[in-house]
Amino acid sequence: MEGAFILEKLILVVIVFTVSLVIAMYSTLAERKIAGFMQDRHGPNRAGFGGLLQPLCDGGKFFFKEEIIPAGAHRPLFILGPTLAIITACISSAVIPWGQTLTVGNREVVLQVADINVGVLYIFGVVALGVYGIMIGGWASNNKFSLLGAIRAASQSISYEIGMGLSLIALLMVTQTLSMSEIVAQQSGFVNWNIWVQPIGFLIFMTCAFAECNRVPFDLPECETELVGGYHTEYSSMKLGLYMFSEYINMFVSSALMAALYFGGYNFPFMHDLGLSQNWITILGVLAFFLKIFGFIFFFMWIRWTLPRFRYDQLMNLGWKMLIPLAIANIVLTGVITLIKDTYFA
Amino acid sequence: MLPNKPIKETAMQSLSNRKKIIEQKPMNFWERMYLPAIAKGLGITIRHFFKKIPTVKYPEETRPYSKNFRGQHSLKRDEQGRERCTACGLCALSCPAEAITMTAAERKKGEEMLYREEKYASVYEINMLRCIFCGLCEEACPKEAIYLDGPHVTADYLRKDFIYGKDKLVEPTFDITKLIQDKTS
Repeated sequence: MEGAFILEKLILVVIVFTVSLVIAMYSTLAERKIAGFMQDRHGPNRAGFGGLLQPLCDGGKFFFKEEIIPAGAHRPLFILGPTLAIITACISSAVIPWGQTLTVGNREVVLQVADINVGVLYIFGVVALGVYGIMIGGWASNNKFSLLGAIRAASQSISYEIGMGLSLIALLMVTQTLSMSEIVAQQSGFVNWNIWVQPIGFLIFMTCAFAECNRVPFDLPECETELVGGYHTEYSSMKLGLYMFSEYINMFVSSALMAALYFGGYNFPFMHDLGLSQNWITILGVLAFFLKIFGFIFFFMWIRWTLPRFRYDQLMNLGWKMLIPLAIANIVLTGVITLIKDTYFA
Repeated sequence: MLPNKPIKETAMQSLSNRKKIIEQKPMNFWERMYLPAIAKGLGITIRHFFKKIPTVKYPEETRPYSKNFRGQHSLKRDEQGRERCTACGLCALSCPAEAITMTAAERKKGEEMLYREEKYASVYEINMLRCIFCGLCEEACPKEAIYLDGPHVTADYLRKDFIYGKDKLVEPTFDITKLIQDKTS
């Protein structure tokens, strides 16, 4: 029994890991294609059919590039930086419930790597860790541009984590649980999605997720026009590749989080009216979940090719003077509505 | 020091009626939220996302050429495969870029199958770096011997290689009867 359990989880871990890596890989192509279409041109279309082999070419190129570690750099930390970035990006997908249960033989397989009862808290911890990769890499480069990028990343993450946490508190007041699987299970069907009860919270969460992923319009840590390349100025070869990769994995995981927390995760409309067996509903649910995730990834890219970058003071103003008060107001509003509902309509 | 004369105020005549007076006022709450502006921007980009892409994928597709496209010159032959050029020099004279030079020679006995006229160009050179492809040589030619109906002039490494002689300009010989047979069959 124990052996089978470990094997089952191991297979699931490998699948989740592979899928997130492949999606991150093809996000790079999707980004360039979408950028192309939005600027009235074709994206990369030379390698393979419609450029489908482009990510492989890019990866191959990254591996064959010369690897430079600057003379003044702190060697161990310089190597630790991208390692930490990619590890923290990968492990946050552990608590996301990808689907309901599959019945294989007489075993019920839960499509979630770890169903811990503090799932939301775990994600928070891992996301907070993510800035260490950037911070250490930027500092160890011994370059002022890298250091500036790293400092920006650190202060940006700290500022926006508060807004993100406060927006989630309002959500947790509604769901009454910290477990990811329970939060998703509560949103069955279409009308129970959390977006309908927490629209402001979702908006704050999404804005903060953009900032946490260092995506445009919050990509000040790697702001090319001011900081050469930001925190990864001194990085080359696959180390740079790992930083890029971790950014795309982060994007995938935050899309999955948004879909799971606010858009019902694996739930889709009329899922109980179809009269299908549990296995089929699970499979369709996984597909629906990934459809939502891809939608959010597209939205990330759509925003990137629409909005210009914020100035740093605007970024701080938005974080501290707008999002945090708005999030607190949202908590109060949620509390008042819950109280009224419990007193008069219970 | 220049005397500090006041500039005479004249009523500025507006050249067009497109003048717009811009007033800067502080943004109201709705504008400060940025969300409507962001939505508008997203609308613009998504419209471009579905627009037709005007790019021509060059090596696979080429843009259609104009009917009167003027490319590299070719010196024509007549129906019997003889060079039409009689080295009159009208093309060189008409050339505004002075790109054409030639040396005339007299046709010897037994060369009637090579040259149509009694005088022919033993050397005929066009400097493709000077040529502006205006087509005046084509117009000037009384013998219908030169036409700019070739392809693009290709790039090269040395300036001297751009001086095209008869080896590159004269049409290759062909069997006219065979050509007619091919066309009719």
